[in-house]
Amino acid sequence: MDNFKPRIIIFCCNWCSYAGADLAGVSRLQIAPHFRVIRTMCSGRIEPEFVLKAFQNGVDGVMITGCHPGDCHYISGNYKTIRRYYFLKLLLSEFGVNTKRLKLHFISAGEGIEFQKRVNEFIEEIKKLGSADYAQKE
Amino acid sequence: MRQIEYEIINTVEKLFADKKIDIFIGYKKGTLSLQTSPYFLSEQDDVRKLVWNSFCSNNLAVFIPRIIPNSKSKESKPVGILCKGCDSRSLVGLIKEKQINRDNLFIIGISCPGIVDRRKILSRLDGKEIIGIDEDADSIVVKLKDGEKRFEKEEYLCESCLNCAHPTPSIYDVLIRGAVYSLQAITPDPITKDFSSKPREERWKIFETEVSKCIRCYACRDACPNCYCKECFAEQTKPQWLGVSKGLSEVIFYHIVRILHQAGRCVDCGACVRACPMDINLRLFTRVMVDEVKERFGYEPGISLKDTPPLATFSADDKQEFMTEPE
Ligand code: SF4
Ligand code: SF4
Ligand code: SF4
Ligand code: FES
Repeated sequence: MDNFKPRIIIFCCNWCSYAGADLAGVSRLQIAPHFRVIRTMCSGRIEPEFVLKAFQNGVDGVMITGCHPGDCHYISGNYKTIRRYYFLKLLLSEFGVNTKRLKLHFISAGEGIEFQKRVNEFIEEIKKLGSADYAQKE
Repeated sequence: MRQIEYEIINTVEKLFADKKIDIFIGYKKGTLSLQTSPYFLSEQDDVRKLVWNSFCSNNLAVFIPRIIPNSKSKESKPVGILCKGCDSRSLVGLIKEKQINRDNLFIIGISCPGIVDRRKILSRLDGKEIIGIDEDADSIVVKLKDGEKRFEKEEYLCESCLNCAHPTPSIYDVLIRGAVYSLQAITPDPITKDFSSKPREERWKIFETEVSKCIRCYACRDACPNCYCKECFAEQTKPQWLGVSKGLSEVIFYHIVRILHQAGRCVDCGACVRACPMDINLRLFTRVMVDEVKERFGYEPGISLKDTPPLATFSADDKQEFMTEPE
């Protein structure tokens, strides 16, 4: 299990969390190299299809990040994300999928350290869970 | 039953005579027994062909966004449509989602006694040929070559009809009072509650077994009034969400997304279930969402034209609990 390298997708919104990730980078904060960032204009752009497609293609975890509530640059995108994310999680867990592999965090442009912390935490958690077995059943 | 059918026919005849509508959508006798077909008629057509019975199972609201432009001109007349409780709930959803203007509809509401599940009846006939059907207030009589069989309606209703909270249309221009619906609705639905209480692995197994029967014909989508997208994600090619195979992961993907697209919108009419040629218990999954939306947001789709669907809005009180692990 020690050499298990999880594959993780992190969705970042253009205005806050992507800038937060960027800050983590230019501040040279150490983050385990097991994730790829996909940038969207707003966390509200992230459709359930995106998340499911990632899982279907065999990633081990998906993290959605956006601006803090009240800070969305499109005013309410992230509030809607919260509800959508809730339904997605609910449905997945209803069908017996382990929803620990899906996370939502709010990270502002100034929170490089927060980004580092959340991502490292998530990677650790996914490492414990091991590789996703429900993905790509066929 | 006959009485109600006459009332429908007379009302429609009068609407045509008064030049209130140009077209009416109702039901006519189907080509197979225990079935009806949607019937589109204009003034020249035979109004007497309209029927009303326990097999009027299509949700007629499905045709509205597909055939009637939202921006009808002022001169054109409204479209007449026959609505059971669920059809009218679907129309409310469509009006709220701005797919149709209320003014473009003339709704003949009918308080619905429930739709009989033809498959339940067929399963009791051992494949024998049906020669005729008779129906009275409480039962269906199926005539066979070697006699007849009587079925109590209440025992053979569709699952969504067995637990229908609003059999009387929520919006209408004229209401025809049909037979009384006598069952008591229970929320959460006992069947889905039972499903939800099963252990995680078992739920996945059930879901997998059910959807693995799917041949991806998309009849469930085509029967649903909520699925009016000009291009469904299932058929998009840029990006291509779904491959063209019948592989299990593609099927699971299709179903999860379809159910999610129904969250806060599904009116539990059961049209998708009745349309599925593979007998997949689709309701088990959509109804979970219906109950959850009701419990969580106190929202029932299709009841009022005023309240906003939960996924189209937010509240600043949507706190942490939405982000933690649901059970
Ligand atoms: S499944 Fe979704 S994308 Fe497809 S028609 Fe229905 S609502 Fe639209
Ligand atoms: S998903 Fe099925 S039950 Fe729900 S509104 Fe559509 S057709 Fe009716
Ligand atoms: S109607 Fe049934 S078989 Fe056809 S796509 Fe829907 S679930 Fe699959
Ligand atoms: S712009 Fe960051 S969440 Fe909307």
